[in-house]
Amino acid sequence: MNLAVRDIRHSLGRFVLTTIGVGMLLMVVMGMGGIYRGLVDDALVVTRSVGADLWIVQRSTRGPFAEVSRLPRNVVDRVAAVPGVTEAREFVFHTIQREHLGKSLRMGVLGLGWPTDKGQGLPLVAGRVLAQNHYEMIADESLGLVLGERLRLGKETYAVVGLTRAMISSGGDGIACFTSRDAQAIQFDVPGESARLERQARRARADEIDFGRTQPSVLARASGSSRAMAALPGPAVSAVIARLMPGADPDTVRRTFEGWSDVTVYSATQQEDLLLKGSVDRARRQIQLFRVLLTIISAVIMALIIYTLTLNKLHPIALLKLIGAPNRVIVGLIMQQSLIMGALAYGVGYLMGQWLFPLFPRRVLVTGDDLLRLGAIVLVISVLASLLGIWKAMRVDPNEAIG
Amino acid sequence: MEDRHRMDVALALETDGLTKVYGNGHTAVVAMRDASVRVRRGEIAALLGPSGAGKSTFLLCVGLINPPTSGRVTIGGRLVLDGPRALADLRRFRRENIGFVFQKSNLIPFLSAVENVQVVGELIGHPPPVARRRALELLDALGVGARASHRPTQLSGGEQQRVTIARALANQPSLILADEPTAALDSVRGRQVMELFRDVAHQHGTGVIVVTHDHRALDVFDTIYEMEDGVLARAPSQAKSENR
Repeated sequence: MNLAVRDIRHSLGRFVLTTIGVGMLLMVVMGMGGIYRGLVDDALVVTRSVGADLWIVQRSTRGPFAEVSRLPRNVVDRVAAVPGVTEAREFVFHTIQREHLGKSLRMGVLGLGWPTDKGQGLPLVAGRVLAQNHYEMIADESLGLVLGERLRLGKETYAVVGLTRAMISSGGDGIACFTSRDAQAIQFDVPGESARLERQARRARADEIDFGRTQPSVLARASGSSRAMAALPGPAVSAVIARLMPGADPDTVRRTFEGWSDVTVYSATQQEDLLLKGSVDRARRQIQLFRVLLTIISAVIMALIIYTLTLNKLHPIALLKLIGAPNRVIVGLIMQQSLIMGALAYGVGYLMGQWLFPLFPRRVLVTGDDLLRLGAIVLVISVLASLLGIWKAMRVDPNEAIG
Repeated sequence: MEDRHRMDVALALETDGLTKVYGNGHTAVVAMRDASVRVRRGEIAALLGPSGAGKSTFLLCVGLINPPTSGRVTIGGRLVLDGPRALADLRRFRRENIGFVFQKSNLIPFLSAVENVQVVGELIGHPPPVARRRALELLDALGVGARASHRPTQLSGGEQQRVTIARALANQPSLILADEPTAALDSVRGRQVMELFRDVAHQHGTGVIVVTHDHRALDVFDTIYEMEDGVLARAPSQAKSENR
């Protein structure tokens, strides 16, 4: 006969309410851990999508995520020429916010290295990869776009040809993938009036210098597109990513870049570390602190409830001692109640989480390891929570049964 | 020696010079002084006395709950207490040899009637099905078998006392101690409970000591003791006991 179960049935209402309450707290503990993992995963989704072996950034910076990095475009060609490198391209990623169908749409714009990278490594759930160099996009489903939908960005219109899932930036925005050229066009798109004003200003500057006055073609070019002026550099890129040939020694290639005076090079792992330490670390510590606090609160609540349940049955405990029940029976009664409460609360928390986590605005990623770890913690706090009640029960005198 | 052995084995309870003093020095209170009794197996004895006479003190000492300051307690032929010194695991001895019945029914509220009795059987090591079967038999024998699945709050006062008596019998004790078991019952039911105790004593061969204020059912008892100011003595008219 299990005394713990029978006593629980006797005080069922209080037990159930407490279990639900503790379960909700545990759900939040689970969720916060999942939010942190989601943050990490989201932070790394961009770096993992581009599939870079090495990241080349501005000298002495920790770019392009932890801090700003600017490199001249010609670095791409220099990197591509290094033995061991099979592909080099500019890394294009930025965040934009536009109006679409009357609503504000904020997205991360990621440039893919067309034609090598058409998006075949992306987690597609519908549609297809990019099939042409321009005017197509693959959008994350969190952006609320549908296949075939057309989106005006800058001066061009892009068609949604594929949908991904769980492509979220570290800022919590859905990511849309374009070719690098389109991504840069979107990034550096300026309104027509701005372009005209810039060209007028450029012509005015050229007109003031001797070189401009004496070389008529310079004035004409100054009034036109900046692409026509070879002397003017193109827009800077934030980083260059390099993919290595199979069998190439990463250290050898790396040493070549480290010999250049204008760049710093990071491996993929180092770049991920910088990203996590930079944008995610503070969030991680804050979340961890809350998890610890909530776990302590759960333990305290459980201890108080088990203690209260024990206080309510001091007379039966005295009676059990009077009729000769050994201490292990009484300890078992209280500890089993605490363990049952912990186990049920854990189950309630898990089930509620399964229902609620998909509704969270950010991804909640709860792993099996996290669940096991939390289960072990719940086991420990269940045992600890019972100690106060056990202490009280051990002090009960069998005399008290007689009254 | 053989006679004494035979007599000892036939005794459910023997106390020798039991004394209990609370406090010490000038604040010492003698709650019980030199209490010596012999209760045979199958004998039912009453313990009368006014409030504060020391009856509960006596019961707590022989029930192995509060050890005496001095004196000896022998239960079922086994010396258990010699002064405050325990010669056995008292809690274990209690669960294997003594049954308790109180003024308030003192049933465990979260167990049904049969479970209240069954728990005693399980505590002494009977497998649950065996303990349950015996519990149902006892409840049937005491006339509350039909209420076996009811919780204590669903039972009348008399039914609760019967269940308590069944629980007291579940471990086949040498000795049953009852403290004012009929105080909360009317006279008819009170007498019925006393007669039940008598039947239990005579049929099960258990020694029964009942602390009571109820003088109306004294004819039920084989022996009557009186206690006053901590002194315990046999009541003057003990013809029934001496004739057994």
